Amino acid sequence: MNSPNKLKSAINLVAPFLGLILVLALFSAMPDVSSRFLRLANLKAVATQSVIVAMGALGMTLVIITGGIDLSAASNIALSGVITAYAINRGLPPLLAVLLGILTGTLVGFLNGLLITRLRLVPFIVTMGMMGIARGMAKWIARNQKIDAPLTWVNELMSKSPRPSWLLLAPGVWLMIVLAVVMAVVLRRTVFGRHAFAIGSNESAARLCGIRVDGAKVAIYAVCGLFLGLSGVMEFSRLTVGDPTVAVGLELDIIAAVVIGGGSLNGGEGSILGSMIGVFIMSFLRNGCTMMGWPNYIQEIIIGIIIIAAVSLDRVRHRSAA
Amino acid sequence: MTSPAASAPVLSMNRVGKRFGATVALSGVDFELGPGQVHALLGENGAGKSTLMKILSGALRPDEGEMALAGRPYAPDGPLAGRRGGVSMIYQELTLAPHLTVEENVCLGREPNRSGFLVRAEARRRIRETLAFLGHPEIGLDEPIRRLSVGARQIVEITRSLLDQARILVMDEPTSSLSLEDTERLFQVIRKLKAEGVSIIYISHFLEEVQAVADVYTVLRDGQNAGSGAIAGTPLEEIIRLMVGKPVTELFPHVDHRPGEVLLAVNGLKGARMAEPVTLELRRGEILGLAGLIGAGRTETLRAIFGLDGIESGTVLIAGRPGASNPRSRIRQGLGLLSEDRQGEGLALSRSLADNITMSRLEPYRKFGLLDEKRRLAAAAEWMRTMAIKASGPRGPASSLSGGNQQKVILARLLHQQADVLLFDEPTRGIDVMSKAQIYEWIGRLAARGKGILFVSSYFPELLGVCDRIAVFYRGRIAAERPAGDWTDELLMAAATTGKA
Repeated sequence: MNSPNKLKSAINLVAPFLGLILVLALFSAMPDVSSRFLRLANLKAVATQSVIVAMGALGMTLVIITGGIDLSAASNIALSGVITAYAINRGLPPLLAVLLGILTGTLVGFLNGLLITRLRLVPFIVTMGMMGIARGMAKWIARNQKIDAPLTWVNELMSKSPRPSWLLLAPGVWLMIVLAVVMAVVLRRTVFGRHAFAIGSNESAARLCGIRVDGAKVAIYAVCGLFLGLSGVMEFSRLTVGDPTVAVGLELDIIAAVVIGGGSLNGGEGSILGSMIGVFIMSFLRNGCTMMGWPNYIQEIIIGIIIIAAVSLDRVRHRSAA
Repeated sequence: MTSPAASAPVLSMNRVGKRFGATVALSGVDFELGPGQVHALLGENGAGKSTLMKILSGALRPDEGEMALAGRPYAPDGPLAGRRGGVSMIYQELTLAPHLTVEENVCLGREPNRSGFLVRAEARRRIRETLAFLGHPEIGLDEPIRRLSVGARQIVEITRSLLDQARILVMDEPTSSLSLEDTERLFQVIRKLKAEGVSIIYISHFLEEVQAVADVYTVLRDGQNAGSGAIAGTPLEEIIRLMVGKPVTELFPHVDHRPGEVLLAVNGLKGARMAEPVTLELRRGEILGLAGLIGAGRTETLRAIFGLDGIESGTVLIAGRPGASNPRSRIRQGLGLLSEDRQGEGLALSRSLADNITMSRLEPYRKFGLLDEKRRLAAAAEWMRTMAIKASGPRGPASSLSGGNQQKVILARLLHQQADVLLFDEPTRGIDVMSKAQIYEWIGRLAARGKGILFVSSYFPELLGVCDRIAVFYRGRIAAERPAGDWTDELLMAAATTGKA
């Protein structure tokens, strides 16, 4: 009983990485790009490109574990980025501007949670409405154009050649890694994380066991918003302007990353490690395709196939385990 | 009685009453539970057992009467208050989170922690001790609940209750989906709990189990106390008599009909959800009643016959021909199923009556690939007249109708699809007396027209009043089958609860 269990847990440990390894192996084997693909410079570029989706995925994982969804993610990123740019433009200290951006994201998430629990609406509807509201607010505040902001240290966050150079990776990448570890610990080692899983697995059981389900949900959407706000700051840092039309459709990339990483839209399942791997599978695919000179539409088709394949593989794995 | 009569009761419920709208679910019910006592709560389906237990757990509030726990007044305002009071309900999987592990489920809602971070060692030790005490050390703490058997899930719930300091455990049909071995192990657990002074309210339809495990019994009938006493020295027949009560006189309109040739032959059929293979035969113009307790396997049998569940072995012949086992082909062969879940499976509630009546046979209204709405509505209206369905018209939604009229809509659909073999699963559940009588009459008329009817019901008087033959299901198999005239209410109840006829 024990050794097959160990084998199974070993497989389960490696399984999430398989997709990523496959993608890496595939492009490393391509004669046209093999020399450049696994170079440090390219890895750094991919890591930096991943930061925005990864930050969003950290929050989205939490929400999807509870059986919810946040369709307003991309709009929230745009709004938070615009607010940050606006604040810097108005001469606020950069740190304060960044905090304002993060606060904006948190507030949008908090509002999502409040509406979902108070109005008893499904998250899909509430966050779909919020998608329009946040996007519209962003355009309104930016008067339908890009907000230019003077360069500050905030723009260094996503720089591909970080200063000091011993950092190796952009500060944003380091922040992403640290926050991923923090969230993994929160999910696995705290009461809050366990309640998130319980709510997603069986909400009525959670309620019966005395968990304050509504309060937990509001907190969870607020935390998701916090990460999206951070993601917005990163978006601003990368663009150096506040662009209200940026990141359209990015919420689907974020959701896809979580789902490829084993998150179940029915709730109760998902992990930070999985979601991060999902993010990198998509980033490396995009990067590899670009290097190959494949057109955009090929990337879209491949990523579409990956999403369906990853989720169906996950289901097969679960069925055999049950 | 093993519990000392002198000790104060852990629970007393006095004159408890509850109504839902116009229906009286409970009236003036008394119930008393001693420390370390196993108290069997018995009664037919709908006698008020689950309502009483919901009141005890705090899920429902009584309209009248009061409760006391260990002499202190007890008026829970929700299930959580009930749990805090030491009352724990053991359902199957209802209160467990399937993705979470055994440990996580046991600790759910009261996770030991240091400033939000989980502290697991102590809790794990106590869970392991409790599992060992219950005789189930093999259940792994890190196993997700969904990988555990039903029996193991129950043990996990009991473990949680014990670690919650529960003094009263309510077990509602705990053995209905357990194997014999797991049942025996559960009884050992119950005996250990008794020894620890935990009191148990044990709800079961299996009277032989009750005899094996309970100290005292209380029988409810029609929401009232029918009797109670010590199990020891009370013959089963006496308990059955209390459950059934006086024979109810009801109107069963009789329509003459005569059985003809075999229409449906089910031979050793074992569907995916069935526990045992089943063999039965139904003739033209015959009404065959399928009696038994809820969960005895009757619905699963109908589902397999109708092709809703996969068939593992055995055959279904309709008028001698096999046919593919899926609902579409079964409908074409002349089968019609009336589901026990009227709202969930039987009707498209938000759709119109016309849609509901015609949806299983739209071919007659097809004209150049489009539906001829005028003729379809006219046909639906005609069926509504035939079945005496009270509604504003064929365009109204099915959800606006009363239960009885909804059931008649489904009946109309089956007749509209020209079904020859009618599978009726609890067709009169939750509908008014008038509609019931009309449905009985229809069943008779259909038999007179040469149709064959399988009539599943847990309400024995109607089976006795309507059927030609009655087969009794017990734990997945047919325990006995006789002409209706050879059965009585008591005999049916005895066969359904003991498997012996």
